[in-house]
Amino acid sequence: MKRFIVKRLAYALVSLFLLSLTIFLFVRLTGDPAVLLVEPGASKDDLAAIHAQLGLDRPLWVQYGQFMSSLLRGDLGNSFYYRTPVLDLYLSRLPYSLLLAAAAMVFSLLVGIPSGILAAVRVNRWWDSVGKLFALLGLSLPSFWVGLVMILFFSVYLGWLPSSGSGSALHVIMPAFALGWYFAAAHMRLTRSSMLEVLGSEYVKLARLKGLPEALVIAKHAFKNALIPVLTLAGINLVIMVNVAVVVETVFAWPGVGRLLYEGIAFRDFPVVQATVLMGGAMIVVVNFFVDILYAVIDPRIRYER
Amino acid sequence: MNGSRAASLTVAWRFSALRVEGFPWIPTIILSTIALVAIFANVLAPYNPEVGVLGDRFRPPAWQAGGSEAHLLGTDHVGRDVLSRLIFGARVSMVVGFTAVIVAGILGTVLGILSGYLGGWVDQVIMRVTDTWLALPALTFAIFLAAVVGPSEMNIVIILGAVYWTRYARVIRGEVLSLRERDFVRLAIVAGCSKKTIMRRHILPNVLNSAIVLGTLMLGVVIVTEAALSFLGVGVPPPKPAWGLMLADGKKGLMAGYWWLTVLPGLCIMLMVLSANLLGDWLRVKLDPQLRQL
Amino acid sequence: MSPLLEVSGLCTQYVSARGTRVTRAVDDVSFTLEAGRTLGIVGESGSGKTTLALTLMRLLPPAARIAGGSVRFGGEELLTKPEREMRAIRGKRLAMILQDPMASLNPLFTVGDQIAETLRAHESTPRRAAWKRAGELLAAVNIAAPLRRVGEYPHQLSGGMRQRVVGAIGISCGPQLLIADEPTTSLDVTIQAQYLKLLGDIQRERGLAMIFITHNLGIVARMCDQVAVMYAGRLVEAGPVRSIFNEPAHPYTRALIESIPKFGDATERLTAIEGQPPDPAALPPGCAFHPRCPYVIDRCRAEAPPESQLARQHHARCWVAAPATVGAARG
Repeated sequence: MKRFIVKRLAYALVSLFLLSLTIFLFVRLTGDPAVLLVEPGASKDDLAAIHAQLGLDRPLWVQYGQFMSSLLRGDLGNSFYYRTPVLDLYLSRLPYSLLLAAAAMVFSLLVGIPSGILAAVRVNRWWDSVGKLFALLGLSLPSFWVGLVMILFFSVYLGWLPSSGSGSALHVIMPAFALGWYFAAAHMRLTRSSMLEVLGSEYVKLARLKGLPEALVIAKHAFKNALIPVLTLAGINLVIMVNVAVVVETVFAWPGVGRLLYEGIAFRDFPVVQATVLMGGAMIVVVNFFVDILYAVIDPRIRYER
Repeated sequence: MNGSRAASLTVAWRFSALRVEGFPWIPTIILSTIALVAIFANVLAPYNPEVGVLGDRFRPPAWQAGGSEAHLLGTDHVGRDVLSRLIFGARVSMVVGFTAVIVAGILGTVLGILSGYLGGWVDQVIMRVTDTWLALPALTFAIFLAAVVGPSEMNIVIILGAVYWTRYARVIRGEVLSLRERDFVRLAIVAGCSKKTIMRRHILPNVLNSAIVLGTLMLGVVIVTEAALSFLGVGVPPPKPAWGLMLADGKKGLMAGYWWLTVLPGLCIMLMVLSANLLGDWLRVKLDPQLRQL
Repeated sequence: MSPLLEVSGLCTQYVSARGTRVTRAVDDVSFTLEAGRTLGIVGESGSGKTTLALTLMRLLPPAARIAGGSVRFGGEELLTKPEREMRAIRGKRLAMILQDPMASLNPLFTVGDQIAETLRAHESTPRRAAWKRAGELLAAVNIAAPLRRVGEYPHQLSGGMRQRVVGAIGISCGPQLLIADEPTTSLDVTIQAQYLKLLGDIQRERGLAMIFITHNLGIVARMCDQVAVMYAGRLVEAGPVRSIFNEPAHPYTRALIESIPKFGDATERLTAIEGQPPDPAALPPGCAFHPRCPYVIDRCRAEAPPESQLARQHHARCWVAAPATVGAARG
């Protein structure tokens, strides 16, 4: 088990390294990085000053060293627009994104898991077709469009829900739905196939041979086993949600890190953009690492693989 | 059986598969219609999509009160005809979508073949990069790249290609790994063919199937991502008519109830993506049962 | 006294997804079994033995359907029973144990739980009493430290122990008939003998009738009173164990018996049966065994032979069958 953890840790560290390297290289190698790293509307002299200050004429690996050392010190630069350290800005917005992601996740699981189970149990019958349609729509309807249409319906026409901001519980309903919609379809798909696999297993066969009522077979034997891969995916998806929420947060003016990214783009506040992407990617790598470990704890066979 | 004969048999089978029942007529018709609309946009669109008459702003569609036959689907916030913008938007979506898919496909297939066939450190490097890029959500990555290089139609295609090639590389590499062990490849090695020749003549034709299936599946994803990028303002730059951009503009009129600026472009996106997904799904099942777990 | 189990003319078919291909997995099978006796069903993989067992339990996969025949168990016709009544019989009066104990036990629940749930489902035993019974059953199948094992998970037990647990589940509600599908195939040879002895002891103690599905003639010789030989879905020979081993009539049976290496045999080579078992979806016309049969005559290629009585309770399907002793020269 220890070997497994060490291996996974090494893997995660390499990924983090490559992530930072990718971001670093893209900035430095496409045109003049000073343009990005300086406030919009700067003059030629400012640009030259920045060149010297940031050491942009030094060899690449030296620059990378500087980049990494400031990263590790927690210095992600300062926002041009807000004039505060980006890290502080990011951390102050993160809880909102986590809240939205959690709400969206709850929604997607509440909808996805039962419909996936029903689709598997009633495979190839009516409910399965409904499920397939739902899955397809989930993939094809962009989340932000779903959000916009919902605003049209529930805010403009019906006036039931607020269209933007984050004041109350009502504010989170529509964004959570718009964000969770795609994932509900994905979770439904996975639940269905996982359930089908479990329903074909030997222990379910034996449970039926024992003469147990079908409801018990499904609820007890099939359900728990089928849920394992789904919950693992859900864990990873939570972090992904935080990242892709940028459009939904923009539509609903929800003050999370996604909206922060949008502001960074709109105001040409590059340190914010860079930091948000970096943090987003890093979170995913970290969560993936923990989920791998968790999976190995649940299923002893995984520890001895690879 | 050498690689090219295998490949031509595959091609024949590919088209014979199209004659099988279950062929998704509606999605194909929809996609073809959109393609035709895109090609003949100049002829079909009643107005110039980029120029508007300010006095004519926010006209609703013809069937609603206040609408007129002159603008069947209404006008937007600067008086441009919505129908024309939708028509030209099809062109943008098709061009960007297809080109990005092809760019990603070529890049991903080539790297996948190299990675799978050559193995060793080439494989390791490509795989590590692929895993890292796959870990970062495509949208975030694309936004980042767009912020770095600046938005333009050309840049978007490159960015989307750069973000999505990893999906191809993974799958193609897996196929190449199993192809490597097949007899006709081994025969070629024994016969003294160079690695380059083998990859080109034997491996490549056999992975084309998967590449095409992946391409159809990716088309939908790429279009949604492009729409998202345009919506955020880092995609296709104004005043060019892109459906995503129309959604961003539409948001301005949303609270006032100007529904057609939001619903109509979204419907177009949905139709195109849905059709591409259905077609891709059908292709996947018909052409290569091994890809069913995609 | 009427037999415990009477199967006549049973036919089970698999239908392909489009309804185009019909595979006859079980074709016109008939046999009877008295209470307390053991029947061995022998055949290669694909011969239809497992499908036969699942048909008796009425637990076929959706692609299969019972095309005809009758199964009378304790005087009741099973094939027409509504599912609710069938479920009351399954696990209680008619039990089955499967081949791979690691796969048949749910990894997420304790061994005791999986035994107890049968009791609770069929006999409405309250939880604590069922748990106690589970411990007693583990002791009955000779598992050491049963009270400790009851709370353990399947992966904590060895293969042999797991199979005993499966056996305990099978006998938990006191069935009249236990079907064992290749119960020792996944066990080590040394454990196999112990397990077989256990099954034999349980049978004697409880007056249990058993059906042993196996491809291993040694087990049949040891454990069974009757044998039925299956080939390509058909029962090609059936009879008392002694008759079949001493005077096998059907060429396939003869080949099976002759292929067992015997101690002290002077011949140098092992005899194997030539050819391959047929594809169940594309059976040869006439007698399914004819392509591999050393005694084949023209009639075998044209018509499938019916059952013909050879001696008391010994019947076979063969045009050529004539009583012959083992080891007679090949024609």
